[in-house]
Amino acid sequence: MRYWMLLLTLFVSGGANAALPIQHWVLANGAKVYFVESHDLPMLDVSVDFPAGTAAEPASQGGVANLTRSLLGLGAGGLDENQIARALGDVGAVLGGRFDADRAGVTLRTLSSPAERGVALALLARMLQQPTFPDAVLAREKSRVIAALKQAELQPENLAVRAFQQAVYGSHPYGRRDSGEVASVARLTSTDLRAFYRNHYAAQGAVIALIGDISRADAERIAQQLTAALPAGSQAAEKTIPPVPALVQAVTRIIPFPAKQSQVLIGQPGVTRADPDYFALYVGNYVLGGGGFDSRLINEIRQKRGLAYSAYSYFAPMQSGGVFQMGLQTRVDQTQQAVQVVRDTLTTFVENGVSEAELSQAKNNLIGGFPLRIDSNKKILEYLAVIGFYDLPLNYLETFQARVEAVTAAQIQAAFKRHVHPDRLVTVIVGGGQ
Amino acid sequence: MIPFKGLLTSGLLCLMSAPVFAAVQVFELSNGLKLYVKEDHRAPVVVSQVWYRAGSMDEFNGTTGVAHVLEHMMFKGTHDVPTGQFSKLIAAAGGRENAFTARDYTAYFQQLQKDRLELAFRLEADRMHNLNLSADDFAKEIKVVMEERRLRTDDKPEARVYEQLMASAFDASPYRRPVIGWMNDLEQMNVNDARDWYRRWYAPNNATLVVVGDVRADEVKTLAERYFGPIAAQPLPTRKPQQEPAQAGIRRVSIKAPAKLPYLVMAYHVPVLRDVQTDWEPYALQVLAAVLDGGDAARLTRNLVRAQRVANEAGAGYDAVARGPGLFLLDGTPAEGKTAANLETALRAQLVLLQREGVSADELQRVKAQVVAADVFQRDSGFFQAMQIGEYATVGLPVAELDARVQKLQAVTAEQVRDVARKYLVDDQLTVATLDPQPLDKQAPRTAVPGMRHAEPEGMR
Repeated sequence: MRYWMLLLTLFVSGGANAALPIQHWVLANGAKVYFVESHDLPMLDVSVDFPAGTAAEPASQGGVANLTRSLLGLGAGGLDENQIARALGDVGAVLGGRFDADRAGVTLRTLSSPAERGVALALLARMLQQPTFPDAVLAREKSRVIAALKQAELQPENLAVRAFQQAVYGSHPYGRRDSGEVASVARLTSTDLRAFYRNHYAAQGAVIALIGDISRADAERIAQQLTAALPAGSQAAEKTIPPVPALVQAVTRIIPFPAKQSQVLIGQPGVTRADPDYFALYVGNYVLGGGGFDSRLINEIRQKRGLAYSAYSYFAPMQSGGVFQMGLQTRVDQTQQAVQVVRDTLTTFVENGVSEAELSQAKNNLIGGFPLRIDSNKKILEYLAVIGFYDLPLNYLETFQARVEAVTAAQIQAAFKRHVHPDRLVTVIVGGGQ
Repeated sequence: MIPFKGLLTSGLLCLMSAPVFAAVQVFELSNGLKLYVKEDHRAPVVVSQVWYRAGSMDEFNGTTGVAHVLEHMMFKGTHDVPTGQFSKLIAAAGGRENAFTARDYTAYFQQLQKDRLELAFRLEADRMHNLNLSADDFAKEIKVVMEERRLRTDDKPEARVYEQLMASAFDASPYRRPVIGWMNDLEQMNVNDARDWYRRWYAPNNATLVVVGDVRADEVKTLAERYFGPIAAQPLPTRKPQQEPAQAGIRRVSIKAPAKLPYLVMAYHVPVLRDVQTDWEPYALQVLAAVLDGGDAARLTRNLVRAQRVANEAGAGYDAVARGPGLFLLDGTPAEGKTAANLETALRAQLVLLQREGVSADELQRVKAQVVAADVFQRDSGFFQAMQIGEYATVGLPVAELDARVQKLQAVTAEQVRDVARKYLVDDQLTVATLDPQPLDKQAPRTAVPGMRHAEPEGMR
């Protein structure tokens, strides 16, 4: 590959098609449903998400959210993990999942023919509503998680991500590692998982997304089937995630590691999806480091100087804040030069903003590329889930292009000046010391 | 590049290759360029891919990696489209573009709104025969490629294990060389190596154009004739077979690198698809891979990860579509308290079980249900469909037979699965590569990134 596709598509709900009819309703139990009827292929994609990510964990139970989600499919309603896997395999269905600080969810892809679909959905309904969290399975999964955590201690890219996350978020819940820490995971019991499940997997807060070859009536039945017996949840456990505090000064962390390249991450706390500056930052970031070969970072780091294979920037919006991150990997002896180029590029960008030519190139790409964002059921399912979880307006996709078009160079400059502070950056470097 | 092709994909993914391709239309221009069009009207988009039958297997020692370096240089400009403009024009049209190099081929792609296909054709046709290769551009880009090698291979212990596995499993086959090239070859490469490569292989009669999307095949053909038609065919070099001599005895190799956990890959020499009408073994091997690793119900997860707890991860993979020789791969990470040797023993025991008792009707039925479902699911991605067509065409298999794959897989019997396991998964055909994990040197200096000490005050927020 010539470069990684480090564009913002993963982080931003974008793309619109005036002809994408999203049907939306709320069940009596509080679950929200988003449905697109599509009969082109004889298949159905479903996802169910809950506000049950790492930020919802009790502080002393790091890793409980991740394990709770993983164990849903490993024992439920009288079936053990192998019975579930066999039954899904017998109908060719594929189970998947989502997990981050805000969300925990399960995805299912199945043939839409009633026999196959019926089996697959019945299994999904059991996993969501009757998980058993068997002790033996938990012990095994804990040991796999712990092995991965130990492994990460000797992986420079993971060391960098971890140090960056800690420096940007500090003690805020977003600073927690997705899979917890070795000590906290080791302490977890099936009682902890059951409590977390009871508190956070309620219909109130659940978001069901469906796209595929079924009718509205089918979708209504499925939504009921998947949520009728969810736990009641707990008001007490439902804490609002506090806003992410801004950095008060620059932080630099250097971690020696015997590798050929240094891992460089530079950034700071970012913005929420609801921030009024969001679109200005999004379009501006295309020019800074989101737009591949259109971006200044790639031009300065790679095209002009050959310092790295990839260099990027992005805003990752979350429920209560997010992150602004730039990154690259470079041969150890070039680290200082590369870090300086990134900082200078950012400083110049925040100081002077974008040119009209850059802005127009960014808009042409984001607007013209917009049909590609919703050209498969898989992509549309992701958008439905994000729209539902983050309470974005139903016409979010329809208005995406117009909102990009409306952004001005002055708005970009003002937005970056408000939110990005080159004098208060976190810089993490893992490398050197061989 | 796809250095892990076939390694980390599960058996099920390897089976995901059988859509209804009856709608694929094929044309050949008078200069030898082949064009495959599959109309897919689900979304107003199109993907265009140009495949060159020139990958790392066509390289010579001393210039390994040149296929991939040329891939990078293909974005450096022509007389009409100066350096950097290719990407700018595609981006301005709302497009996404990239390229990938593998052992068998180099391919370039664009994804666009359906009415912008002409731009992709104009630019691809131009760089097929008008590329400027300047020493200045080369000097900068080769540094980027070396960074890419450090990123993908040198600092990734599992990638180094795979690189060593290939270098050990093959003696004569060019598959033994890494796609990205050996570092010293990259250091010694110059712009003339890239020029030679471009002149040798970049010709319409060595290329396949694949278009999938919301288009009309006849219109695509007209466009292709307009832009690619005028490019002259040229004589192509003779390709020597470089057949791999039979292996006669187990081979072992290990790599030391900083890591916590061991990692193990086992590779057996196996056949690949050559005659889609008569070959049955590659289909049986695909089913075998799925019996081992087609989802959580398959044997490796069920037995090694869950029941025996000898592995944290275990997988199997086999790619039936290749110009060169095939490998059947098993890989895994041992569980806490287990060694790579324990894992190898457990993996071999699974193979012995298959060879002795075969597969159950239940398992076979499940694999076939997954084949049928995957055949539907993969039609959700136009890009994936184009990839399948391009690979088949470039390897020299009849694209019209792609839709026969589901029936061929459905026809595989339990005896055939057992028989290929008995015939091919034997010690004399085996290469084992392991990662020997090393702790970090505790004496390493605290801060050794040159010049970075005290670059910023340490601070808390």
